[in-house]
Amino acid sequence: MTLGIQVDKELKAENTKPILISRPVEPLKIQTDKLNAWFGNNHVLRDVSLRIKENHVTAIIGPSGCGKSTLIRCMNRMHELVPQAKVSGAVLLDDANVYAKGVDPVSVRRKIGMVFQKPNPFPTMSVYDNVAAGLKLNGERDHARLDRAVKRSLDLAFLWEEVKHELDKSGSSLSGGQQQRLCIARALAVEPEVLLMDEPCSALDPIATAKIEELITNLKDQYTVVIVTHNMQQAARVSDYTAFLYLGQLIEYGDTTNLFENPKEELTERYLTGKFG
Amino acid sequence: MIPLASILFEVVRNGATALSVQFLTGTPALVTLPTGNAALAGGIAVSIEGTLVLMGLTAVIAVPIGLLAGVYLAEFGDNRFGRSIRFLNDVLSEFPSIVIGILVYSILVVGLRVGFSAFAGGVALSIIMLPIVTRTTEESIKLVPRSVRDAAMALGIRKWRATISVVLSTARSGVVTGALLSVARISGESAPLLLTIGTSSYFLSGLNQQVDALPVRIFLLSSENYVSGAQQQGWGAALILIVLVLCLNLAVRIATRGKYGAVRSRI
Ligand SMILES: Nc1ncnc2c1ncn2[C@@H]1O[C@H](COP(=O)(O)OP(=O)(O)O)[C@@H](O)[C@H]1O
Ligand SMILES: [Mg+2]
Repeated sequence: MTLGIQVDKELKAENTKPILISRPVEPLKIQTDKLNAWFGNNHVLRDVSLRIKENHVTAIIGPSGCGKSTLIRCMNRMHELVPQAKVSGAVLLDDANVYAKGVDPVSVRRKIGMVFQKPNPFPTMSVYDNVAAGLKLNGERDHARLDRAVKRSLDLAFLWEEVKHELDKSGSSLSGGQQQRLCIARALAVEPEVLLMDEPCSALDPIATAKIEELITNLKDQYTVVIVTHNMQQAARVSDYTAFLYLGQLIEYGDTTNLFENPKEELTERYLTGKFG
Repeated sequence: MIPLASILFEVVRNGATALSVQFLTGTPALVTLPTGNAALAGGIAVSIEGTLVLMGLTAVIAVPIGLLAGVYLAEFGDNRFGRSIRFLNDVLSEFPSIVIGILVYSILVVGLRVGFSAFAGGVALSIIMLPIVTRTTEESIKLVPRSVRDAAMALGIRKWRATISVVLSTARSGVVTGALLSVARISGESAPLLLTIGTSSYFLSGLNQQVDALPVRIFLLSSENYVSGAQQQGWGAALILIVLVLCLNLAVRIATRGKYGAVRSRI
């Protein structure tokens, strides 16, 4: 990350105009532009402009209620499923606005997968069907192809070895950590380009957490990962870039090491040193 | 518990004596006793058949409609139209079943000249069953956690597909339970049938024909004081009806036990 500092400047929070980099340093996967979000009258995201790099892990940190989940749920258009929820601004996936007229939210969600805070496997489906669900329910019937996708996804989720003889078991009979990895496999099976993870380890023990952190690092080669976490050590361990969100505003964004070692904003520093949050 | 046990005891004690192969498979017949009096012989197979046909017909009419209505109310019913449907449904489920019988009688049997028939009986029973299926479907779907829906939507599955294949299949054991229990509930209805199915001593030849049903047959047999053997057959028929309802309840238990503590879903 030799270009980190230079990139940092461009990414500064005040820099809310969409700057199309004339000399692309590293390709961007997702850019939010003046993103605002509401729940009814509650304005929870304010002009968030964030640029997420392809094949890197970006962490979003901030105190609880600051809008982290809302931010990533805006990226794959899950936010609008909440009644009364509103969005304005743009989210560019490879330079195409996912909120442009005529864009089908379903196709956006296929390209941007999501893993939730609480493991949520489909309770009446087997391990196999959980992973295959996204493909099957979109019409894939070829067994060989499904088998391959299931194996590949479970492998990526570091779960294959543990469940390869129990693919017929109920997804909800697995342990909490395994369930979360099953959900990761389920999201990966539809071959998204981006994986959004909303505090994926907050319900898990340290060993299960370590496994997931390791697999996240492993996913970078093929995917762009955005992970929300309230655990700063976790952000430091797994991410290349970190965004600090506070009261719905992007306060600071940059290279993870830089942000943790010399935060430019006083708010960031106070948050990182545990003065609030 | 004691009332239940004493009813069961009484029905089994009186009904068991009526049981025979002839009773289960025969059509009603009168025999002349040596005394010269008439006595009831034969069996109630026609009534058993009639009840099974009515149950099937009712389920075929009410389950699909109730399922659709329940899914609609649970998923899209959060508006004025949904609220009025829900209100009507509640009103309907409180309706006295004899009133539904009268309604079907005057509109269908007489008004549209359908006549006493299995079809008219099925329609009357459907009106009783529909609100139960609708209600239990809606309730079971609403029990499916938001997180399961979110997971399906985040996979890029269309809402209708997610509703059918993920939400409904997660709610499946509740839906199946509701449907089976509502069949059990209508299997014992007699009031709406008195005015709609007529009566018959022959096996069914068409849904537009009159039929017999166990509850109505029980009523007719038990209120018969002059023909000997009628009361005993009444008890026998009651026993059969209770066994039928018990079987349905057992089916519910089996349906909700399944492999994953619920009906196994296949996608
Ligand atoms: N489903 C919802 N309905 C209404 N308000 C919500 C909903 N989800 C979150 N909020 C509100 O939006 C704000 C941001 O929430 P969220 O994005 O979940 O924060 P975080 O993930 O950082 O904890 C909070 O004030 C929260 O109360
Ligand atoms: Mg959150």
